[in-house]
Order: sequence, then C-alpha cells, then structure tokens
Amino acid sequence: MERINNLDTLIQMQKEFENIMEIRKSTVTNTERRELLICGGTGCVSSESLKLLENLKDEIKKHGLEDKVRASITGCFGFCEKGPIVKVFPEDVFYVGVTPGDAANIVSTHLVQGRKVERLLYEEPALKKKVDTQHEMEFYKKQKRIALRNCGLINPELIEEYIANRGYEALGRCLLEMTPKEVIHIIKTSGLRGRGGGGFPTGLKWEYASKMDSPIKYVVCNADEGDPGAFMDRSILEGDPHSIIEAMVITGYSIGSNKGFVYIRAEYPLAIKRLKNALKQAKQAGLLGQNIMGTGFNFDIDIKYGAGAFVCGEETALIHSIEGGRGEPTTKPPFPAEKGLWDKPTSVNNVETFANVPAIIINGASWYNKFGSDTSKGTKVFALAGKINNVGLVEVPMGISLREIIYDIGGGIKDGKEFKAVQTGGPSGGCITADQLDVKIDYESLYSIGSMMGSGGMIVIDEDNCIVDIAKFYLQFTVEESCGKCTPCRVGNKRLYEMLTKITEGKGTEEDLETLRTLAETIKLTSLCGLGQTAPNPVLSTMKYFHEEYLAHVRDKKCPAGVCQSLLRYTISEEKCIGCTKCARVCPVSCISGKVKEVHVIDQDLCIKCGACFDACPVNAISKG
Amino acid sequence: MVNVNINGKMVQVSEDTTILEAAKLVNVKIPTLCHLDLHDIKMVNKAASCRVCVVEVEGRKTLAPSCATPVFDGMVVKTDTKKAVKARRTVMELLLSDHPKDCLICEKNTECELQALAAEMGLRHVKYEGEISEFPIDDSSFSIVRDMTKCIMCRRCETMCNEVQTVHVLSGLGRGFDTVVGTAFNLPMYETNCTFCGQCLAVCPTAALAEVNNVPKVWDAINNEKKYVVVQTAPAVRVALGEEFGMEPGTVVTGKMVAALRSIGFDKVFDTDFAADLTIMEEASEFVHRLKHGGKLPMLTSCCPGWVKFFEHQFNDMLDIPSSCKSPHEMFGSVAKSYLAEKMGIDPKQMVVVSVMPCVAKKYEAARPELGHGGTKDVDIVITTRELARMINEAGISFNHLEDEEFDNPLGESTGASVIFGATGGVIEAALRTAYEWLTEETLENVEFEALRGIEGTKEATISINGEDIHIAVTHGLGNARNLLERIRRGEAQYHAIEIMACPGGCIGGGGQPFHHGDLEILEKRIAGIYSEDRAKTIRKSHENPMIKKIYEEYLGEPYGKKAHELLHTYYVPRQKM
Repeated sequence: MERINNLDTLIQMQKEFENIMEIRKSTVTNTERRELLICGGTGCVSSESLKLLENLKDEIKKHGLEDKVRASITGCFGFCEKGPIVKVFPEDVFYVGVTPGDAANIVSTHLVQGRKVERLLYEEPALKKKVDTQHEMEFYKKQKRIALRNCGLINPELIEEYIANRGYEALGRCLLEMTPKEVIHIIKTSGLRGRGGGGFPTGLKWEYASKMDSPIKYVVCNADEGDPGAFMDRSILEGDPHSIIEAMVITGYSIGSNKGFVYIRAEYPLAIKRLKNALKQAKQAGLLGQNIMGTGFNFDIDIKYGAGAFVCGEETALIHSIEGGRGEPTTKPPFPAEKGLWDKPTSVNNVETFANVPAIIINGASWYNKFGSDTSKGTKVFALAGKINNVGLVEVPMGISLREIIYDIGGGIKDGKEFKAVQTGGPSGGCITADQLDVKIDYESLYSIGSMMGSGGMIVIDEDNCIVDIAKFYLQFTVEESCGKCTPCRVGNKRLYEMLTKITEGKGTEEDLETLRTLAETIKLTSLCGLGQTAPNPVLSTMKYFHEEYLAHVRDKKCPAGVCQSLLRYTISEEKCIGCTKCARVCPVSCISGKVKEVHVIDQDLCIKCGACFDACPVNAISKG
Repeated sequence: MVNVNINGKMVQVSEDTTILEAAKLVNVKIPTLCHLDLHDIKMVNKAASCRVCVVEVEGRKTLAPSCATPVFDGMVVKTDTKKAVKARRTVMELLLSDHPKDCLICEKNTECELQALAAEMGLRHVKYEGEISEFPIDDSSFSIVRDMTKCIMCRRCETMCNEVQTVHVLSGLGRGFDTVVGTAFNLPMYETNCTFCGQCLAVCPTAALAEVNNVPKVWDAINNEKKYVVVQTAPAVRVALGEEFGMEPGTVVTGKMVAALRSIGFDKVFDTDFAADLTIMEEASEFVHRLKHGGKLPMLTSCCPGWVKFFEHQFNDMLDIPSSCKSPHEMFGSVAKSYLAEKMGIDPKQMVVVSVMPCVAKKYEAARPELGHGGTKDVDIVITTRELARMINEAGISFNHLEDEEFDNPLGESTGASVIFGATGGVIEAALRTAYEWLTEETLENVEFEALRGIEGTKEATISINGEDIHIAVTHGLGNARNLLERIRRGEAQYHAIEIMACPGGCIGGGGQPFHHGDLEILEKRIAGIYSEDRAKTIRKSHENPMIKKIYEEYLGEPYGKKAHELLHTYYVPRQKM
C-alpha cells in the first residue's frame, strides 16, 4: 500500500471502497452483489469458522459466483451463544450455529436460488418464530454499537476496509486541522470515561499528561483484560485493531508523546496476530511511525506481552511489568500522568476507551454525549455470561436498565429458572438483586448499590446458585491473583476466603458473619491498590442482599440452593421408594441399605453426599436439602 | 511550603514531605513497620506494603499509608480516630495470623520489630486464624539463613539488595498468599550472585533473614582440650559491642572485650588490628611497586569479602586491579598458623582461629578454598559482634563491670592506622600514612586525611607525593562501587588507588553489627569511636608497629617478598554474572 500523505488521499481511498460499504451498510440493496461476513473471533474460530469460510469460498467458486459474491472474516458479532455466525449483506440475513458442512447449502439455496436457509435462521424463543434479519432480533434492538462499530462490518485484517468506514479520518483531522488542546477539549466534552473499570474522565487524564513538561512521554494501551468472563477488549483487538492504533496516535498527538505500548495478554494469540498485522499495515501506509500523514508527527507502537497476572491490569503494576519488573502496584500519587513508565508522564487507557476515540472525533462530542446518563456518557460493552440465554457481547447506551439487558437483550434466564442476582464488575464488583433490576446502569448508580462497572463482565446467577458459594468463587480468584504485596490483600483476603469456606462447610457461626464483615471493610480501607480495595465487594454485597442465605448456612446449617455439599442431607421418601435397589447399587460407599421392593435407607454417618443416588432414582424418591 | 493539619495541630512543611514526616514534627507518633528511611545512604523503603501506618485523610475514601503519602496544602489528617486505630490493629492481627509464634526461641527475640510493635499495640490475641505459610529454610550459604515463614513482605531487603547494593539477588516471587521474597528460580543463596554483605539481614525487621549461627562451634572448640583456640577481633567490633550491653553507640570497649574473651576461655586473645597493620605493609608495598614499575592502576583494596565477591561476579574482566592482599583476618589466620604456631610449638592442625567480625561475609570468606595452607584453613570460625554478645551473656559475664585487659602478644600490638580500617576511608588513609613516608622518605606530620572520612557515598582526594598528584577515591555501598567501577571501565575516571567497602559506612555498618533499627546516627557515633581510638594511640602508622617490624625480621623477610606472597596474598576467580 502506498503512503498516505494527506487527508485528500485518505478520503479518496474511502471512496474506492465505498461499493463494499454500501452493500454492508445496506444502503444499496438493489444489486446482485453479495457480501458474506463470517465471524473470525476467537470463539467462532474455535468452532471452525475459518474452515467454514474456506468451504464457502470453494462453493462460491464452484458456482461461478466469484464476481458477484465475496466472503471474508469479520470481528465478533457479539451473539456468541449461537456462533459461528454468517451474515449475508445487503439483505441483513443472520445465520447462526453454522458449521463448515452448511457452506454448500448456504451457497446453493441462498446465493443461487435466492431463498433463505430457514434452519440456520435464529429463532426468537419468546415468539417461537424464525427471524429473517439481524435488525429484527431482540438481541440487537436495544444495542448501540460505537466501540464495536466495525466488528461484524469489516475485515480486521485489511486496512482498506477500516479506511472505507472512515478509519484514520479522525487521525487526519486531528493532525491536520486541530491543535492538541482542541483534541483534548473534544474528548473532555464528550464525557468519555475510562472503560477499564475506574471510570476516570479520559480527557482529564490526557490533559494532565499533556501539561507535564517532559520531552519523553508514553501512551499505554491496557489490553490486560482479566475479569473472568469479560472479552470485549479481545474482541475489539481481534475485530478492529486499527481503531486502537488510530486512537493511540491521536492520544500521542494530544499529550505530546511519540511512543506507545500495547500491553496485551499473551493468552490472546489471535488479537496479537491481528494487531501486529495492523501495525505493519499502518506503518506502510504512513499512518504510524515517522512523519505520519506527511505532518512531521512521529509515533510508534510496541507490543508488550502480559503473562496472565490479573493485577497487571492495575496501571502502576502494568507499567512496572512493561519496565521489566515484577507486576505489582505502587502507591499513587504519583499518578502515571506525572510519573509513569520509566518515570515519564504516561497516559494509560483501556482498549474499549480507545475504540471510542476515533468515533468521537469524527462525529463530535455532542453526538457522543447524547448517549448515556447524566454522569456516564456514551455506550458500554458488557459480556453477558452465566445463567442467561444469550451469552455474548453487547454494547448498550449507559443508563439502560439491567432488566433490559438481561431480559430484552439477554433473552432471560436459562431453562426458565428464577433470576437471583447478577454480578457486575467481575471479582471487584458486587451482586445486584431482582429489586434493583430497574436501576439505570452507570458508574455512579452501580457504585451506590455496592457494585461497580468494572470492565463490563456481567454474570447472571439463578436460583440454583448458592450466594455464599458465589462470593467464595470470586474471592478465590482475587486470593490467587493478589500480587501479595500488601498485608490486607495478601493475608486478609485469604482469611475471608477461609471464613467463607468454613461457612459453606457448615462450621460457621453468627459471630463469624460479623467478623467477616468487619474484616472485609478493613481490607477495602487499607489495601494498596484497586484489586485489594475492591476484592471484598462480592462478600459485602452478597452479605447485604442475601443475609438470610448466610444465616441459613451458619444458624440452620442449610444451603437453600443445595450447592454446599457439606450441608446437604439426602433422604429417601418412604412413600415414594419402590425398592428398585438402583440407589444402593450406585452408592460408592455402600451406605444405602434395603431389600428388593422394600424402602431403602441412607446411613447419614457414612454418606459422602456425592448425589449419585439422587441422580439414579427413577421415581424421584430421594430429596436433598 | 504547605499547611497540614494533623490531629488538630497545624504544621508547615515542604510539598515532598510525607504525612509520617510531618506528623513527627508535631510529635504525633504513627506506628510503622515496613517503612525504613536511611536517607544518608539513599535508601528509603517506600513499599508501603505493611499498611500498619494508615491514617485518615479528609476527603479520601480509603485510609492513606502515612509513610508514602505526600502532604498537600490544606490536608487534614487524623491518626487517632477509631477507624484508623482499628484498621491498624486489624492489619497487625493479619500479619501475626501468618507468622510463627515461637518468639521465645526466635533468633530475633527482643530485637524483632514486629514483636515490638505487637507489644506497643497491646495485642493480646489474634482474631484471625488460618493457614500459616510454609517455606523451606535456606541455609545453603555460610553467611545467611533465610526463613521465609517469618517474612512479613516489608521488602526492605529487596530495596537494600537491589537499589543500594545493586546486587539484585532478592525479589518478590509468586502470587497471593504464597508470595514471598526469594531468589531467581528459587536458587539456594549459595548459588546466586549474593555477596553475603548481610545488609539485607541488617534491615530485616524479623528473623526472616539471619546470620548463620556459629556460636555452638566456638563453644565446642573452647571445650575441646586438644584444641588451642585463639581469637582475633576486628576494629569495628570494639566500637559497637557495648551497644549490646546498653552502652552509648561508639563507646570504645576494647579492654572489656578482651577481658570477656579471656573469661570465655580463649587460649589467646589477639587483635585483627595487628593484621591490619600487616595488611598496610603489604598493600602499601604493592601500591608503591605498582606505582614505580608501571603496574596496573588504580589499585583497589581487597579487605572486604562482600566487595571481592561482587567484583568477581560483576567485573570479572577487571580481576587484575584489586590488590592481591588477603583481608586482615585471613592474614592473621595465616601468620597465626605459621609464625605463631612455630614460635609456640603448636601443631597448626590443633590450632583453631576464631574471628570476631562486624560482618557476615567473613563467614563465607573463611570458607573460600584458596585461603589456607596445607589442609588447614587460615580462619576456622567466624562469629559476628552480635554472636559474641550472645556468648558473653551465655557465659554469665557482667560485661559492664569488667576491668579492662590488654591483648596478648605477639599478635596483639597495633597502631592507630589499623583501627581506622573499621570506618569507610580508613584503609586507604592507613595505607597513605605508610606509602607517603616510603615514597617521600619524609615524616608525615598530619596523619588525618579528612577528605577521605565521613558517610558520603563516594569521596575523593588528591595527594601530592614527590610532586606527583596521587588521585584517591573512597566508596562504600556496592551501588556506589558499581558506579565508580563502571566509570573506570568506560575510561571516564582515573585514580591511583581506591578503597571499596560493601557496607554503607564501612565495617562499622556491617551486617554482623548490633541492629541500628534505622537510626543512622548510630553509624556516625561508631565512626567517631573509631577515630577517637586512633587518636588515643601513640603509634599511628602501621610501619612503625614494633611487632610488625619484628615479624618481618624474624619470619616474613621483605614486605611484598616471597614468603609474604605465600602467606599474605591471594588471587581472585571469575564468577558467573547472572
């Protein structure tokens, strides 16, 4: 690709690829041309989406459709529950759960005969009806894709397609038409806040760094996504790597930096591959490196790999890791904007935050800040997981209610079970109960109900989950991921975990609950970094909202959800037992006695609560509780 | 300057002041544990990891670690609220919940900062219980024992090892509850680049890092009737030993120390100072020889085993610049087992040489295979100042009431030049007192080289000898040494002679000295003690020591001659640089 030395060349290039974009954006529908996009995200790739693409290409060739039909990969559509996805443009047809074997059918039926492949269409469970197009799907109706704007629209491996959707135009406008101060002003007025969890205003962060008097400054992209279940940063890097590069160069221009680092988990090989490819393309195109777009501005980006330490998502720890030191946090102040990487002023921003930047520059601050709530502007990407029907990635305007996310977009709770709570903010957040489903989601509201935005993990918990067990699960995560530097996090969280274990084993007392609470509060007050300061949140919020369930564990020695094994008691109903002996035969410790056709009895002293009998009983005569 | 309100007391301080420092100015005491401010040697441990010093700051959601939080104008701090006090207690209880409770029989009993703080806080029980960390004890080296079950993750040792000494042996390892300070790949200390300077254990608040205890070996030797046990004491020991018995730092207790050693049962009580004079004879001769015959310059002193191991690892391309002189206590051992043994008709194999040193690296040094003759080690056992104090207590000696006694001879006579070996700059000053007179054949009237004294990291002086400018440098602390050596390697610095000591302050600040607990004034007082001892001596130049003259006449022949080489000089080996 030739170097782009001015804005005109870039705009000219946008036009060259307009014909692809007009089909993909369905602005032109009256055409024989077709665009097929296949999800090339990690999830779908592991379900053979690349093989599927290959088969589609073969079939297209076989039917002599190469001139009219193009098939290529794209970034994550977000509807991961039903991947791999194939989308056909311009008619917006959305095929789900497509296997490599379906390629022939799609080509012959849809592309040749012009009929939709009915069986691959998504069926809306509430309506029990197949949905013809993506925009009719409930999953997408309330979404607003800004950070994910190019995922599902362009091929992330081609810079031309990024440019076609106005890629690098924001950079051009910044470098050629705006002063750094003006750029910062736009970001400040847009109301964009850090999407990594902290929610610090991005424009302010840039402004602090810009005001530092230093010939060397750094821009760091935090791609050390670590919350269990969260994968928005990975998806953006896999599906739209150029947007991150563009935003980093813009940040560099704004704060006066010529060097950036992307700190990315080594466990994200596909994201790394796509990012590397994008960096190479951007350099060749003169959009990165020396004399960017002929303006004399230089900016380069290096990739640094994280080794999977959750704490390295904390910005000071991340900085020390890039420096080659142990990834552990240091006290703030000084903040990285004053003294960051190698003691130079550094702006550390998260992937999703960056992904918003070019869109804000192009469309303006007032376009962006009309989305969202009073204090939290724009959109937020959430990763829906747990006991929800539509597991996947959703981008919604801030201020939307949890009910809308879980029921309208997420399709409600799996298997018709009862909603119990949703954990937002990953291991740093808290649980939100049914009473709070109508809370409008933003940074402040989540904080006020004892949770937090975090990076956007959203794990749905149903009636079958024990809340103490859930708290223990998250705590186990932070106990293992603590860097071990400060006492409250290293020892305190371990003690919390031990107390929770005691409770789930039926050895807890009511006094323990008080100790648990006061210790959790002290850990929050005294820990060194955000990891420790938020680690007790899952405990405190579950204790607050599910006090009765904790009490049941310590006072009644019962686990209402039937999860905590030590508290379970399996009993055989005299009325229901038919004496078939199946339970006795599967019992691994032979603690069930009884003759054929007589009522069986479990010896509670010997029972190891494995549940094998419960599963084996053909007449549901065994109860647990 | 900014105004800060601490517990209602106003104080004006500069902006880079921490809450802790500001609080001290208004006599508000905040407990600390991991914090250590050794400003004079440029070590401030700002890990802020223990969280024992947290306080309330108005407008801040979390509590602030006072040791690492800078003040700002209008800051309102409260250190004594229920919230802050309770949080500090809880943190302390958490620390204790993962710490062995064997205080009564712990190496650091009554010296432990964790123990002292628990007492100060009046903790009577630990509410939190659970798993206690287990780590294997690393006693692979001759000098340092690591018992990480006692580590509280204060990171002082790391700061000392990495930032002050630049040895980079210690680092945080692992995650979560299992996090611990350790070596790369969990190598045993003996296999690392560790110089065994012992500064890590000098700043360790608990017994996670401790010296290898050689006291039982000494008792065994003394109680073995077949053994002839001689002891020697390093210059720095006599100005610090008194601290272990409640005396003011820097108090010179030479006479009492000799009496104590004799009372303990050593057959002869000698002085390493004698060997220091011997070292000067050899080192000054070597220097004069190098100067006159175009030998390799600069010449570096080689008394300090920590420093020797450091350059064997880090500067193994420059092994020809240090002096080939053995360190004084090794020279002592060598002449004790040859000259003295012959003179007294004792089989060297039955002689046990015990060194009382301010140093833990000397334990390692004594075990170096090249430092001995015919199957005997020059020095058999090394104990530190602290270990000697323990022996004195164990023997039931009322140290403070002892009458002063004199060293035995012939290896007990020494000059003022030798005693100053104990302070940074002393070795080179002592060498100059002799070299100057040898080179000029004039009497040196003012023997005190002030420019080479003091606690400053690197000192320089130019001395005119026979019209030629001799450039001298003195440095202490291995980080400072590294800087200087790198400048020499790059050709940026030209010196004739350099004195290097691994420990900040020189031997008086050694890893085997009584714990200073962060009070560097103690080091300055010990230095003052050293120079007062020098001034009290009638003979202050090594070559004027009559016993030294005698040993050359009777036994060694010429300084830097054949026999001297055989007994008093050594060589260095290149070591791996990790």
